[in-house]
Amino acid sequence: MGISDLTIDSVLEGLRRRQFSARELAAEALRFAEAGNPRTNAYLHFCPERAIEAARTVDEKLARGEDPGPLAGVPVAVKDVILTQGVRTTCGSKLLANYIAPYDATAVIRLERAGGVILGKTNCDEFAMGSSTENSAFGPVRNPVALDRVPGGSSGGSAAVVAQGTAVVSLGSDTGGSIRQPASFCGVVGATPTYGRVSRYGLTAFASSLDHIGPFARNVRDAATLLEVVAGRDEMDSTSAFAPVPRYAEAMNGDVQGVKIGLPKEYFQGLESESGDLISKGIEALKKLGCQVREISLPATDYAVACYYIICTAEASSNLARYDGVRYTSRSAESATLADMYRNTRGEGFGAECKRRIMLGTYVLSAGYYDAYYLKAQKVRALIARDFAAAFQEVDAIVTPVSPFPAFRLGEKLDDPLQMYLSDIYTITGSLAGIPCMSVPCGTTAEGLPVGMQILTRHFDEPGMFRLAEAFERAGGADG
Amino acid sequence: MKITEQEVRYVADLANLKLTEEEARRMATDLDGILTHIDKLNELDTTGVEPMAQVLYEAEETATLREDLERRTMDPQAALANAPQPGAGHFKIPKVFER
Repeated sequence: MGISDLTIDSVLEGLRRRQFSARELAAEALRFAEAGNPRTNAYLHFCPERAIEAARTVDEKLARGEDPGPLAGVPVAVKDVILTQGVRTTCGSKLLANYIAPYDATAVIRLERAGGVILGKTNCDEFAMGSSTENSAFGPVRNPVALDRVPGGSSGGSAAVVAQGTAVVSLGSDTGGSIRQPASFCGVVGATPTYGRVSRYGLTAFASSLDHIGPFARNVRDAATLLEVVAGRDEMDSTSAFAPVPRYAEAMNGDVQGVKIGLPKEYFQGLESESGDLISKGIEALKKLGCQVREISLPATDYAVACYYIICTAEASSNLARYDGVRYTSRSAESATLADMYRNTRGEGFGAECKRRIMLGTYVLSAGYYDAYYLKAQKVRALIARDFAAAFQEVDAIVTPVSPFPAFRLGEKLDDPLQMYLSDIYTITGSLAGIPCMSVPCGTTAEGLPVGMQILTRHFDEPGMFRLAEAFERAGGADG
Repeated sequence: MKITEQEVRYVADLANLKLTEEEARRMATDLDGILTHIDKLNELDTTGVEPMAQVLYEAEETATLREDLERRTMDPQAALANAPQPGAGHFKIPKVFER
């Protein structure tokens, strides 16, 4: 097995059989990742000292006969919006080009405690705002499957490193689809758990009521293992859930006989034919596994994009107020007064998409517009959540496409922000409701572009979601 | 037009965001398109619907308050380490008032 095909199990097996030490693997994985990175620009920077140190800890535990943890020696990449103490954390922004995080995110602490070896930080849209990773201040990421195309976004780097084989698994963040959409574009597994399942402590805030941390992997089992490691209550995040974290591996028994699946009709209208055909094949495969499939309706779907882009921009305009040239960021050189310094720093530092969202968010929250926009959107959000709650009275899982189309060409949608926003339609509904949702590979188009199938389940039913996804994957995906 | 260039400049001021002439023009066009789409929400009757500010799910009541105990927070040196202009244990800024 080559380094680009490693799984969590194969790493653990290799360590157990002493085919390699964690340090040897870390050094080799770093060499391989650094050599392959110019092709995709998926990593922004590497942290070799930290990686070798983490690997040394694993080797020492193994030498003492201790359990080195469920991620022992596994090369991991972390999206650059998640803080890593002593390592640059840029959020894809020029403003934070030299920012060294002063503490670790809870998810980072947990994955290292489990033996994970962080190789480096991955490229993303600036402050996680975008659907293509073209909004990074450090250049776009190229999709490893087709280099002239985007990897999706905003966690494009985290999806690309897993697809390229330059990390075994990675962490991304998802606010409106930023894990599932790049997973589908790059042909890997990506999961957004229930809101609050993973602590947001140390995740740079974009839209706090919607932000999630979640895993990318080359198979469902690895994604579930990584989620299990980072999930669970954390007193540093008051919105993190108290619910105990189940053993996801136990749920993945391949038995999905009789599972009731809903297909929301609103998600299958106007679907670009090839993606739609592949999802249809995937649904046929689920039927063969014994799932009961029926059409359902989520009537508020059509309003989700409008609702989401009010709520996320309102929250973002408030969260991004802190980047003002005082505490974290670079500062505009020539400013006579404090007010000028704020305006110049932010004007020079933020990219076009961040500016657009700060502006829209400030507008919808401004005097006279609050009720018409922000309050209205919160009510529509309640309707969207209600749709899902009603559907889950009837079905165990909902299956939909992840994106209306496969990976598009670099630059293709950059000039039309509304078109870019509208492409998030299938993923933002689950984010607004805060339910678990994931993308699992569902075949490729004639051009060889991957398509992802989305699975959504009830709050905290990650076990049901992973069981269905793993059974689908085990049966051969869309070709099963 | 849902939003004029003049309104764009007003909102940019509220957001402490300096926009160039070109950016302000482009922003008015972009926001106009997005706000027109957002108008869709008015088709939905939301009378009597409680606004949803947080993700809500069935759960046991849990105490998120902790004991009010003294504990170490971030070291001041670490907090200042990324500041563009630290000095004497503080963040320095340009003058606030004109003389």
